[in-house]
Amino acid sequence: MTVLLAKFRVIVGALTLLVMALCAQPVSAQQPTSVDPQASAVKEEQLFQEMNRISGRCTIPDQKACTIEQPAGRDWRHFHGVTLRWIGGVVIIGILAVLIVFYLWRGMIRIESGRSGRTIVRFNAFERFVHWMTATCFVILALSGLNITFGRPLLLPLIGPESFTAWSQWAKYAHNYLSFPFTLGVILIFLMWIAGNIPNKVDIDWFKRGGGMVGHDHPPAFRFNGGQKAIYWIVVLGGGVVAVSGYVLMFPFYGTDIHSMQIAEVVHAIVAVLFIAAMLGHIYIGTIGMEGAFEAMGSGTVDVNWAKEHHSLWVEEEKARTGANDVRRQPTATPAE
Amino acid sequence: MARMKFLCDADRCIECNACVTACKNEHDVPWGINRRRVVTINDGKPGEKSISMACMHCTDAPCQAVCPVNCFYTTADGVVLHSKDLCIGCGYCFYACPFGAPQYPRVGNFGSRGKMDKCTYCAGGPEADGSKEEYAKYGANRLAEGKLPLCAEMCSTKSLLAGDGEIIAQIYKERVLKRGYGSGAWGWKTADHETIAS
Repeated sequence: MTVLLAKFRVIVGALTLLVMALCAQPVSAQQPTSVDPQASAVKEEQLFQEMNRISGRCTIPDQKACTIEQPAGRDWRHFHGVTLRWIGGVVIIGILAVLIVFYLWRGMIRIESGRSGRTIVRFNAFERFVHWMTATCFVILALSGLNITFGRPLLLPLIGPESFTAWSQWAKYAHNYLSFPFTLGVILIFLMWIAGNIPNKVDIDWFKRGGGMVGHDHPPAFRFNGGQKAIYWIVVLGGGVVAVSGYVLMFPFYGTDIHSMQIAEVVHAIVAVLFIAAMLGHIYIGTIGMEGAFEAMGSGTVDVNWAKEHHSLWVEEEKARTGANDVRRQPTATPAE
Repeated sequence: MARMKFLCDADRCIECNACVTACKNEHDVPWGINRRRVVTINDGKPGEKSISMACMHCTDAPCQAVCPVNCFYTTADGVVLHSKDLCIGCGYCFYACPFGAPQYPRVGNFGSRGKMDKCTYCAGGPEADGSKEEYAKYGANRLAEGKLPLCAEMCSTKSLLAGDGEIIAQIYKERVLKRGYGSGAWGWKTADHETIAS
C-alpha cells in the first residue's frame, strides 16, 4: 500500500512539473531575442507635446535646474521685445498726442466766474503728503520701469553701454526700494479717500455730460467727480496689481515657477503702461489743463468759485457743515493723550 | 568658421555628473551656481534618459534679445558670451532662456540678483584672453588655448560632445547608424531651429 502511494506521489509530482513547464513555456517565448533600448525611451518631441517643457530629476539644490527645456521663453521674449513695445509706445505716445490736441483745441479750462479771492480747504496736509509721496515714487518707478523696456533702443545708443548700465543699475535699485513707499501710498489713498469715491448716480450724469470737458458745462459733483473717481480706482486697482505682480518679480521663485514669473512680468508691464497713460491724463488736468486745480494739491486750498464750478455739491456739503462760513474748518488732529 | 555647439548623446549619458564637477572646478564656479547640470527624465522607469544641459549657445539667442542693457554678444565661433560689467542682474535672461542657463549669485536684499553667470563654452568673456580679470569673472578660457570645453573633453562615455556643430552632428549620426537607435540631439531644435536628420 505504502509502495503504491509512493509511486502515485512520484507520478503526481512528475505531472505537476510537466504542467509547470508547459505553463512557463509561453513566458520564455515572449522574451525578445535582442533588447531594444529605445522601445520605451522618452522622446523630446513627445515630451514637448505632453507639457511644452521637459523636466526631470536633478541632484543639485536648485530645483529650477531640473527643467532642461522650456521653449515658452520664446513667447515671453516676443512679448517683451515686440508686443510690449508696441502696446507701451502706442498707449503712451497716443495719450500724449490726445492731450496735446486737446490742449490746442480747448486750452486751459478757466474759472469762468473768475477768482473770488476766498478759498476753501480741499486737501489737508496729510492727504497732500500721501499724494506727493505716492506721486514722487510713481514718477521714479515709471521712468525706471520704462527704461527696462525702452532704454535699450532709445537711451543706450545716446549715452553708451557703460553709462547706460550705471544708470540702469541705480534705476533697478530705485525701482525695487521705492516700491515700498509707493505701495504704502496706494494703501493710504485707498483708505483715506474711499468714502468719497463710491460711484453713484451723480457720476452717471457727470459722464453723460462729458465731465464738462466740452463747452462750458459744469455737471454737478461731490468732493470727487466721475473722472476723479475713475483715477482713484485706477490708482487703487492698478496700483494694487502692479504692487502684487511687482513683489512676485522682486522675490523671484518664492513659491512661483518660471511660468508664473513670465506671467507676472506680462501683467506688471501691461498694467504699468496703462497706469502711466492714465497718470499723464491726471497730471495734465491737474496742471496746465485747468486753472485753479493744482492748488488743491499744492497749498491744499482752492478758490471758492473753482469749487462751485467743479464740485458744486461738495461746496454745499461743506457749507452745511460749517455754516455760512465758506471756509472749511481745519480738521483738528486730536493728540493721543 | 566653425559654429560651436554642444550635443548630449542621451543614450550614452550615465548621469555620473563628472561634467558638472569638471565645470565647477575648472572655472571656480561659486557655491549655489551650476553652469551645467545633469537631469534624469523618467527616473527609475523603463526608458529613462539622462541629459547633461548647459547654455546651448543658441542661434539668435533669446537672452541676448531680451537683455535690457544689451550685455550679450555672440563670438565668431557662435558662442554666446556676456559682459558682467554691463549686466545689472535683472533676471530677464532667465525668463527667456529655454534651457535655464543663466544663474545669479544671491547678493543683497530680497531676491535681488548679482551679476549673471552662465556657461561660457570655456571661452571667457570680453576681457583679454587668459587674463586674471577674465578668469575672476568668467573662469578659464580654454577655447583661446585651442581646447574644447572641459565638460565634453573629460566625459567618460563620450556622451557629451562639443565642437563644430557639423562635425559633432556627423559623429552622432555615425553612432546612431552603427547602434541602430538614438534619441536625437536634445535641445538643438529649440536652440537653433534645426536638428540632426536621423
